[in-house]
Amino acid sequence: MNKVVRKEFFSENVVCLEVEAPRIAKARRAGHFVIVRVDKKGERIPLTISSADVDKGTITLVVQRVGVTSKKLTDLEPGECVADLVGPLGQATDVKKVGTVLACGGGVGVAPLLPIVEAFKKAGNKVVSVLAARTKDLIILEKQIREYSDDVLIMTDDGSYGEKGLITEGMEKVIAREKIDEAVIIGPAIMMKFAAEVTRKHGIPSIASLNTIMVDGTGMCGACRVTVDGKTKFVCVDGPEFDAHKVDFDEMLLRLNGYKDFEKNAYERYNRMQQ
Amino acid sequence: MDKANILKQERETTWRIELRKKIKNKDRTSIERVKMPEADPSERRRSFMEVNRGLTSEAAMTEASRCLDCPTPTCIEGCPVGINIPKFIKNIERGEFLEAARVLKETSSLPAVCGRVCPQEKQCEANCFYTRKLKKPAVAIGYLERFAADYERETGNISIPKKAASKNKKIACIGSGPAGLSFAGEMAKRGYDVTVFEALHEIGGVLKYGIPEFRLPNNIVDVEIESLKKLGVKFETNFIVGKTATIEELKQEGFEGFFVGSGAGLPRFMGIPGENLVGILSSNEYLTRVNLMEANKEDSDTPILKGKRVAVIGGGNTAMDSVRTALRLGAEKAMIIYRRSEEEMPARVEEIKHAKEEGVEFLTLQNPIEYLGDNKGYVRQIRVQRMKLGEPDASGRRRPIPVEGDEYLLDVDTVVVSVGVAPNPLIPQSMPDLKTTSWRTLEVDQESLQTSVPFMFAGGDIVRGGATVILAMGDGRKAANAMDQQLSKNLESSVKE
Ligand SMILES: Cc1cc2nc3c(=O)[nH]c(=O)nc-3n(C[C@H](O)[C@H](O)[C@H](O)COP(=O)(O)OP(=O)(O)OC[C@H]3O[C@@H](n4cnc5c(N)ncnc54)[C@H](O)[C@@H]3O)c2cc1C
Ligand SMILES: Cc1cc2nc3c(=O)[nH]c(=O)nc-3n(C[C@H](O)[C@H](O)[C@H](O)COP(=O)(O)OP(=O)(O)OC[C@H]3O[C@@H](n4cnc5c(N)ncnc54)[C@H](O)[C@@H]3O)c2cc1C
Ligand code: SF4
Ligand code: SF4
Ligand code: FES
Repeated sequence: MNKVVRKEFFSENVVCLEVEAPRIAKARRAGHFVIVRVDKKGERIPLTISSADVDKGTITLVVQRVGVTSKKLTDLEPGECVADLVGPLGQATDVKKVGTVLACGGGVGVAPLLPIVEAFKKAGNKVVSVLAARTKDLIILEKQIREYSDDVLIMTDDGSYGEKGLITEGMEKVIAREKIDEAVIIGPAIMMKFAAEVTRKHGIPSIASLNTIMVDGTGMCGACRVTVDGKTKFVCVDGPEFDAHKVDFDEMLLRLNGYKDFEKNAYERYNRMQQ
Repeated sequence: MDKANILKQERETTWRIELRKKIKNKDRTSIERVKMPEADPSERRRSFMEVNRGLTSEAAMTEASRCLDCPTPTCIEGCPVGINIPKFIKNIERGEFLEAARVLKETSSLPAVCGRVCPQEKQCEANCFYTRKLKKPAVAIGYLERFAADYERETGNISIPKKAASKNKKIACIGSGPAGLSFAGEMAKRGYDVTVFEALHEIGGVLKYGIPEFRLPNNIVDVEIESLKKLGVKFETNFIVGKTATIEELKQEGFEGFFVGSGAGLPRFMGIPGENLVGILSSNEYLTRVNLMEANKEDSDTPILKGKRVAVIGGGNTAMDSVRTALRLGAEKAMIIYRRSEEEMPARVEEIKHAKEEGVEFLTLQNPIEYLGDNKGYVRQIRVQRMKLGEPDASGRRRPIPVEGDEYLLDVDTVVVSVGVAPNPLIPQSMPDLKTTSWRTLEVDQESLQTSVPFMFAGGDIVRGGATVILAMGDGRKAANAMDQQLSKNLESSVKE
């Protein structure tokens, strides 16, 4: 159960894992995620299902190394297993034919964006994607995104690939060029906050997929709560996607840092142990 | 023969008559109620060791001899599952501890658990002859129940019940809390092929992720789970029915009967300003991080906030468990903030006593109305409103009302909100034709616990809202009985056709 069958490095710190999970592969829809616990002492972390192969009974996860758990997970080799894998969780993306969709992905946010881009394309929409990262090596899944996009714009902070600039600049460019009916924004919280400001300014309905801290992922703990439109919502069961213009990103940013010192210490300890 | 007559007849067995004659009632009633040996408060407040250490055989036999073996044992009326209390207690008195455990198992699947966590002072012990008529401390029914169950387990004498011939029928049980576990055990005994599906990676529901080890050690629950496995019950963890697979899919895989024991796992918040600040968490999150994820242990990857000044909002068992956990994580100040007075607290009396001994402060007739944080979003203060008691409300408890203008600021660095739970919506959401009540619990027939979907039964907190272990367990047995009857009837009619 839960065996890693394939592993691929998208960049130094972004790893693609294909994991056996036949039931989840069958049940999942775009927008769903899983909770993974790597080993018996491990914590539970949420990861989006980037794609699935129903016949092979596998799901694909794209994981960025940011701390202990993502490191442990991406250190697994094919043939090894994760202790626990549960899903699919969350509400699936509400995919409709709306016209032209602007898909914005920052960093590893492109991984959760991929199934949504695919679904919108298959629903008959025109899809324009803007992918952004600090530098060339961090642009992931470009080929797969191109497969389901009518046009793709790449932005890097340092100009090492595509155009030089932030994701918001790329978005402005597309919006100036054509009429956008809906935007999907996924990436680090700070990026989503500013990207949402762009679409708000232009009156474009937008959804953001939130990556809060989670424990159970089933609505049981409230660790993942955010304020949307003045009301408290649980990202794991009410989301992960919400109206990007109604999310209190400032609060979310503060809450994401809740365990920062602990995480930093744990990561340093883990890296020391590995040496 | 009806229940009352069975009780009478059993009471007239020779050994019980003789035992009654051995000691005069006057002498029995002059024995003092046994005291539970407890770990020293100064030691246990920083450790997860079990607080109650259990009775010795001698102490248990002496306590058992207090029981008068009443002709009309009113204690049984107080037990939600109607355990034959005098019968098991008299077995302890005559030294037949394993027989006592067997009597308990006739009606309860989890006596070692219920002996520890039942609110006895409101149930069996409240209805003991001592409490009712003699105005003396009740026979320590809970301690004795625990004693017999522990004796059976510790001596390695757990009897695996006889199993009926296989019926070749697959049954699904959703959730592995006390409701699900007792349902699964009953059905397995009757020859059904039972699979328990559990969303989390551990089996046991609240018994594992909620109630801390200092009150209910995990290995006690694990032994029960092992017994179920020996009975042939299968467990699938990390499986969320309604998500990982739908009920419809499970039916297609051959499952014929379903029991929903999915609990009331959703935390409630109060909706007051500042409640989403960092450092404010639900008791479910707090307890889950420690009990399920072992965040208190050095080698666990899961973090936990080890607050120095911790306030827990609420007065139930969950609140007591949280505040005592805070102490064990190193809190210098661990406080309960409760809007009514101590008398109205729903927690077990013993937990309140233990909490006080360990140094928990009780701020009663007070209620948080706002949380204030620093510029990093961490909670720093609570605005606390003082309360007074008004007229009784629907629950019969006196309603707390704010004392206008009487509020103050309390310094804290961690807040645990423990103001109640709501039913788990996963199953109702995935089954539109399943009827729910306005409380979002499942609607069931009171007798059979059958839901509005004929092949589906339900019990425990998903039906009752936040209730108790013993009620959940009783529901599991009741539903098993009803489902078995229904499925057997179907079988008969299909044979006739
Ligand atoms: C619904 C959902 C889907 C997600 N999908 C993916 C995915 O497909 N691929 C992926 O790589 N990650 C995804 N994430 C984020 C992922 O869960 C976190 O990166 C992971 O929990 C980090 O764990 P860790 O122990 O490795 O790092 P930690 O030690 O927990 O954290 C290290 C650092 O990362 C920051 N951090 C922690 N959690 C998050 C977070 N959720 N988002 C941003 N920063 C965080 C911390 O502040 C800290 O500084 C998703 C999150 C959610 C809620
Ligand atoms: C901290 C705390 C302390 C308590 N102390 C006491 C006490 O001292 N005495 C007492 O009598 N009672 C106490 N209670 C209450 C008691 O624990 C509950 O009433 C009892 O556990 C309810 O049992 P249950 O089987 O209905 O549900 P639960 O024990 O809640 O178990 C439900 C299980 O179902 C799983 N589940 C939910 N949905 C799905 C799904 N779709 N698919 C698969 N699995 C699913 C959940 O993960 C969970 O494990 C306490 C409760 C808490 C939280
Ligand atoms: S199960 Fe609970 S209520 Fe019943 S006799 Fe035992 S302790 Fe008392
Ligand atoms: S009421 Fe009390 S004394 Fe009488 S049988 Fe029950 S436990 Fe014994
Ligand atoms: S992760 Fe626990 S409620 Fe969402």
